[in-house]
Amino acid sequence: MTPLFQTGNAVRVRKGSPPGHIRTPFYVRGCKGVIERVAGEYRNPEELAFGRFDTPVVPLYRVRFQQQEVWPDYQGNPQDSLDVEIFEFWLEPANPEKT
Amino acid sequence: MKTSSTNESDTNNTAPTTYYQFLEISVRELLIEKGVLSAEDIRNAVKEMDSRGPELGAQVVARAWVDPQFKQSLLQDAPSAVKTLGLDIGPVQLLVVENTPEVHNLIVCTLCSCYPRSLLGLPPDWYKSREYRSRAVREPRSVLLEFGTDISDEVEVRVHDSTADLRYLVLPQRPAGTGHLTEDELAALVKRDSMIGVTEVCFSAI
Repeated sequence: MTPLFQTGNAVRVRKGSPPGHIRTPFYVRGCKGVIERVAGEYRNPEELAFGRFDTPVVPLYRVRFQQQEVWPDYQGNPQDSLDVEIFEFWLEPANPEKT
Repeated sequence: MKTSSTNESDTNNTAPTTYYQFLEISVRELLIEKGVLSAEDIRNAVKEMDSRGPELGAQVVARAWVDPQFKQSLLQDAPSAVKTLGLDIGPVQLLVVENTPEVHNLIVCTLCSCYPRSLLGLPPDWYKSREYRSRAVREPRSVLLEFGTDISDEVEVRVHDSTADLRYLVLPQRPAGTGHLTEDELAALVKRDSMIGVTEVCFSAI
């Protein structure tokens, strides 16, 4: 599976709340970040959790967020950042011009 | 139902057995009864895990401090680099993040307690606590201060939330004044918490 995103691409985390086992933390949903790296391809833990071991592998990314994007009242250096591992199906392209 | 457990944390636990403890015991006993695993397999796996401690991680850090080429390969491809030291970390997707004068790294797993066990052993209880897991991403500088680590406002604090398949090890900065120390002496300075990123490595010449 060719990764949809490359390092440096602006992405936004989908604001989904699907039922079941979820590996994307609630606090970054809807937040905009930048792909820090493509971190390989792994089986989808949201399927593995239910014993479905035959689903295809999916690209995993490390996405870098600015703390002030995630927590608007964040105290500290405005450069402070947060890297989170997120699977591709949780991400959509973000227009870097738009916030 | 037998309530014996191979889980060390249960040893002195006088509280009533919880739902999840019963679940673990039931699944474990079923696996043994059906011949999928033996009690000895489980005991050996626990023994193997207990034998690992932060000394392995410290050994990796000390080598990176004295060998720039090793450090470079460690940052690029940690699983291969670690293997050259004769350490077996299994299929773990290890990522080493380097502290510099510009960036201080901190590791957390907000979803559970993912931790580089093959290099640091079992995680400390505070690492698994809800308080650490929720606050490390929300107010990392306050958390660091509570560990006695005062990161300058000029430095970027970068938190890594270990939410999926990667496991993280912080490569701390080598303290000043340690030029004369051997690799083993350097490794002795490197404590577990500095490889999680809640402290820095200290050295005071006597």
